[in-house]
Amino acid sequence: MINILLSGDRPRSMLLSALLLVILIALALAPFLFPGVRSLETAARICIFIVLVASYDLMLGYTGIVSFAHTMFFGLGAYGVALASTHMGRGFDALLVGSVLGALAAAVLAFAIGLFSLRVRAIFFAMITLAVASAVAVLVSQMSQITGGEDGLNYLTPRELTPAFRFGEAFGVKLNGRLLAYYLVFTACLALFLMLLRVVNSPFGRVLKAIRENDFRAEAIGYRVVAYRTMATCLSAAVAALAGSIFAIWLRYVGPDTTLSFSIMLDILLMVVIGGMGTMYGAVIGATIFVLAQNYLQTLMGTASEATSALPLIPELLSPDRWLLWLGVLFVLSVYFFPTGIVGRLRGVR
Amino acid sequence: MSDDILTLKGVYTDIAQYHILADLDLNVPRGGVTMLLGRNGVGKTTTLRTIMGLWAAKKGQITLDGTDLTALPTSDRARLGIGYVPEDMGIFTDLTVAENMILAAAGGGLDAKRMEWIFGAFPALRTFWTSEAGNLSGGQKQMLAIARAMAEERQLYLIDEPTKGLAPAIVSTMAGALRDLKKQGASILLVEQNFAVAKALGDTAAVMDDGRVIWTGEMAELANDADLQERLMGLSMETL
Amino acid sequence: MSDAPDHSPTLAALSISDRLGQAMPYILIPVLVVLGFLAIGSTSSWLTLTVSGLAMGMMIFLMASGLTLVFGLMDIINFGHGAFISVGAFVGVSVLMAMGGWTTAPSLPLNLIAVLLAILAATLVTGILGWGFERVIVRPVYGQHLHQILVTVGGLIVIEQMIHVIWGPHEIFLTRPETFQGAITYWGAALEKFRLLAVVLGLIVFVTMRLVLRRTKIGLIVRAGVQNGEMVQALGYRLRLVFVGVFIAGSALAGLGGVMWGLYQEVITAGMGEEMMILVFIVVIIGGLGSVEGAFIGALLVGLTQNYIAFLEPKLALISNIGLMAVILMWRPQGMMPVVKAK
Repeated sequence: MINILLSGDRPRSMLLSALLLVILIALALAPFLFPGVRSLETAARICIFIVLVASYDLMLGYTGIVSFAHTMFFGLGAYGVALASTHMGRGFDALLVGSVLGALAAAVLAFAIGLFSLRVRAIFFAMITLAVASAVAVLVSQMSQITGGEDGLNYLTPRELTPAFRFGEAFGVKLNGRLLAYYLVFTACLALFLMLLRVVNSPFGRVLKAIRENDFRAEAIGYRVVAYRTMATCLSAAVAALAGSIFAIWLRYVGPDTTLSFSIMLDILLMVVIGGMGTMYGAVIGATIFVLAQNYLQTLMGTASEATSALPLIPELLSPDRWLLWLGVLFVLSVYFFPTGIVGRLRGVR
Repeated sequence: MSDDILTLKGVYTDIAQYHILADLDLNVPRGGVTMLLGRNGVGKTTTLRTIMGLWAAKKGQITLDGTDLTALPTSDRARLGIGYVPEDMGIFTDLTVAENMILAAAGGGLDAKRMEWIFGAFPALRTFWTSEAGNLSGGQKQMLAIARAMAEERQLYLIDEPTKGLAPAIVSTMAGALRDLKKQGASILLVEQNFAVAKALGDTAAVMDDGRVIWTGEMAELANDADLQERLMGLSMETL
Repeated sequence: MSDAPDHSPTLAALSISDRLGQAMPYILIPVLVVLGFLAIGSTSSWLTLTVSGLAMGMMIFLMASGLTLVFGLMDIINFGHGAFISVGAFVGVSVLMAMGGWTTAPSLPLNLIAVLLAILAATLVTGILGWGFERVIVRPVYGQHLHQILVTVGGLIVIEQMIHVIWGPHEIFLTRPETFQGAITYWGAALEKFRLLAVVLGLIVFVTMRLVLRRTKIGLIVRAGVQNGEMVQALGYRLRLVFVGVFIAGSALAGLGGVMWGLYQEVITAGMGEEMMILVFIVVIIGGLGSVEGAFIGALLVGLTQNYIAFLEPKLALISNIGLMAVILMWRPQGMMPVVKAK
């Protein structure tokens, strides 16, 4: 049963299995284990980023394509839900329409970008996605009559998903719409993740891996490398958009900073690299550790900065605003010293 | 020192996960032409590239006139006096013929006397001196590739299939130039599939199979013994 | 090599369409300028826009030239190149601010010396930074594109954050030296003096680069190395050293571009390099990887297009460059004049 769910791709390490199990249980029971608004926010964020990072890894880790447009796809899904909810009124139909349209738009856009760049050189793709993504981000903040510009959009989700919808109490936790919304997020993310796991372990996924190892040989054997790469890109974009939709449903707000910014792109890159490229479980570990660190470590840095305020330069280096500096250092070091990430380490470097 | 200009001892070279050269021993005598022969895919080109340092030898030792080359980068090996003509000729197609030649004289400017000799052997190069090398015909490109190797006096010339795909008239031009080079006392390690050329130019021969040298001897001995050819290369050279 | 073997000493003659194909990119700029004139109608507006488009293009070229050569020579794509733009701007502007008296004086020589000193400091610092960047960040990930992209992005973040640490978290506003403020009027068109300076400087750099690449042995080695690095080494040249030199020069040019861009915008931020990299990548892609001439033409096309469109249809300006890139890639999928053939 478990084997079928995991598509035969077992964690292959006791410690890793234990870690994944802990994360799964913690997320599944988060509202009861860690009551409180902030911890529920964190749990939902982890769920969504696991899917987002896993979909990115489908491109980066399994196909060897670097994209800087993943937040753009993420944003497309989020804005899809936001716009649908704004124009169609609150309701599950709006959420569904927005999600589907967002995912479709993302796939089409990914296809167009792939058409221009992937048939020439995989490296073109990195540069072109960077350019397109930044243009889209600027466009979104400029077209304020549609997108709300820099302020973003606030909209209503179905009443059943809001805190106002109450239906009792269990284990000392109030049961309300927020709880339902969390389980919607959790279930959707789990389903998407298992689907991605299935994809990478399907014959399609094995071709992708063959292409990553040696695209000349894959081409020689008779696989149409460009077609496979484009398909992987489109699929990855669509899943990213769905993650964006889920994020929008959860937040009830979209804005350029929360969905489109380059710093989220960097976060994703970091999560993939830290967790481990080329394994879906890496996304789980990377996203969990990163989101937790982001939420709780910055506080720590602030304390450290204050504690060292008498010293020159050091408080400046430790200031919570310099969070990215340390991420950058960590990032470079992980690429050099842990190219297989945490999961690679746990599985024993091959 | 011995009278070998180049020795390879127990050389192993891997390309990706493939073992191309395995325990290769090869001696190239000073002066004269050594033919490196063998069927396709036995590692002749890899041997030349390993001598140049373009592939790294995993094990073994390569010495040029007593100097250990094994740890040196390609550029230092070239500076020690190896002229190299790769199988794909390595022409800089966006540069002119003149610029290609200037680059070949790494030690300094082009020597006028040597250039006269080169122009004598390959008149086409004088004609197209200022043209882009990419516009040359295949034969002219090959001439340029060999002329580059000849631009300075080298200790050793490594030449990979100089007559491949060329018309008979150009093959004889090429052979003539190589004979000229040989007459000046140069040491040449030549990979050649054209039997007539090999027979005419070669003094000694080394036959490779499966990444190692399986036979060395006089070229004449090999050329006159069809049975030996059959045994070493699986076919008689006359048919090539 | 399957070229037809022939001994007759004739060059494979270029057909007319081949020659036209080679010249096409060069023709594009005048064509665009004429199209701009027809679309805009007013001579003075057109002249103003053309000059600012050329100025912008020249500055982007400064930033892009090093990147494209580094790519051509060593197959390294440096996503951290933008860091040199920012650092150059901050160093240059700091020097200018330190020489307050010289920049506010209404004297051309004093202003010019101040700007030249700022440029000198910026290129020196970014050159040294480039040397360190190559050693620490780039060298360990030779030949692995995926890791190169990741690591150079990491390097970009670190350098950008260090700018915040050193110069503080806020943008810095500045005023140009006295004599480079304002505009001259010509044919009824207001031409900003600083833009004219940028055009002149860009042209000088381009012509110098071309001369070095065409007329010197080091340039010959670089051009040959872009085509076939192995053969350059087999002829006895240490390509590594040449490459480090090109990397340093490219970083210094990015620093120069950064100073000029900072003076042009009259504000500098740590993120400016990252923002400029988007245009730089577009330029490198449409120019053709590895080609300095391609980058030059591409940069001018980007500058002109952006300025014309911003005037004609301000809403489209944001995506005009993406559109330009799409059109050029449809015409030539490898870019206008690729030196490095696609693998």
